[in-house]
Amino acid sequence: MRYSYYPGCTLKTSAAVLEESALNAAKALGIELVEQEEWQCCGAVFPLATDEIASFLSSVRSLDAARSAGEKLVTICAACHHVIKRANHVIQSDGEVRDKVNNYLELDNYYSGQGEAIHYLEMLRDDLGFDKLAEQVKEPLTGRKIAAYYGCLLLRPAKVMQFDDAEDPSIMEDYLSALGATPVEYPYRTECCGVYLSVNNEEIAAGMVKKIINSARRSGAEAIVNACPLCHYNLLELQDKTPQGEPVLPVYYFTELLEEALGVKREVEEKTR
Amino acid sequence: MKVTIESLRSDILKDIADISGENVAECYQCGKCTAACPVNQAMDILPHQVLRLLQLGLVDEVMNSKTIWICASCFTCAGRCPRDVDLANVMEAVRVLLLRERGASRIKAEDMPEILRKGMPEQGIVSGFRKYAK
Ligand code: SF4
Ligand code: SF4
Repeated sequence: MRYSYYPGCTLKTSAAVLEESALNAAKALGIELVEQEEWQCCGAVFPLATDEIASFLSSVRSLDAARSAGEKLVTICAACHHVIKRANHVIQSDGEVRDKVNNYLELDNYYSGQGEAIHYLEMLRDDLGFDKLAEQVKEPLTGRKIAAYYGCLLLRPAKVMQFDDAEDPSIMEDYLSALGATPVEYPYRTECCGVYLSVNNEEIAAGMVKKIINSARRSGAEAIVNACPLCHYNLLELQDKTPQGEPVLPVYYFTELLEEALGVKREVEEKTR
Repeated sequence: MKVTIESLRSDILKDIADISGENVAECYQCGKCTAACPVNQAMDILPHQVLRLLQLGLVDEVMNSKTIWICASCFTCAGRCPRDVDLANVMEAVRVLLLRERGASRIKAEDMPEILRKGMPEQGIVSGFRKYAK
């Protein structure tokens, strides 16, 4: 299996662990993720204002390059995936935007949304198959009670993202089961963590994080996994700490557990912050 | 608050409709958006009230609210609305108008070293600038 891979800015910087673990695990699974030669920041948030057309250019460049290579475009960061998938939907459904973007980009071939953007988890579920994934697990995470945190960007808007049932998703729990862990379902797994409110409204974001963390802990989770660097930061930094200064609930990227279960965990240097 | 013919025909209402792509008249005030909103407790005007005010042409109340800056664009409201109104788009249109036309930027580049020092990922910084500054 070979894919075009779009990393995004944060996976090359503060969320390097997410990229490294995902690529390492993909290699162990025999999946080739080929980083695109030229990619630019997706813009981090999808432009909700209908007149912000320039924000689509980066996504369309990457989608078109993947289309030309005859490959699906895989992202690991939930935010990049959200932006690129929605941009593709706008190109497919809005002729005016489509023409403007094409006129500006002067691509070799007119781009009308033929590319396919998928998230790493969808690649594992739909292309590899969680049953096949389970067969490759060497060190099952038996007995580990893990809470999956979905957040917003992978699920909503449901009609466009088509990732899973937005009100009652199961892909991450199924993934955890394939790794041998015991997934913990809890009420707040699809609630917003506060996203960018933590930039200048930290207290509000901290209140949202508290509800999520408490909900997961009450349901018996011993750790929480996610797929988004900003969720990761909010869940980790804004949650309550133990008297020793440790987070009350450890937070991991979903790919860190994958490496572990596949038996290819690397020695990760302590991040210096 | 006074509803007038002029306020109902204001250019700014038209701008909000154009930029958001949403028709606020579709809303029938069921309140599902407010029930769904994870930050409603921090808001001074509730999500469904934002739509009611705009239906009445009371744009200033919305523009001067805290609510539009507290909305996290989590898209929960839109998913639950029985009338297919995407409130996240409406909130964005109001913010965008304030940022573009009234220079209402909420964050400054000078504040960033401190925020970065805390370990805020690049994605957060870019999102913050996209949402709170022009
Ligand atoms: S859910 Fe929709 S119809 Fe109901 S109050 Fe909110 S915007 Fe209006
Ligand atoms: S998009 Fe904004 S208004 Fe709607 S539920 Fe989320 S935070 Fe509330």
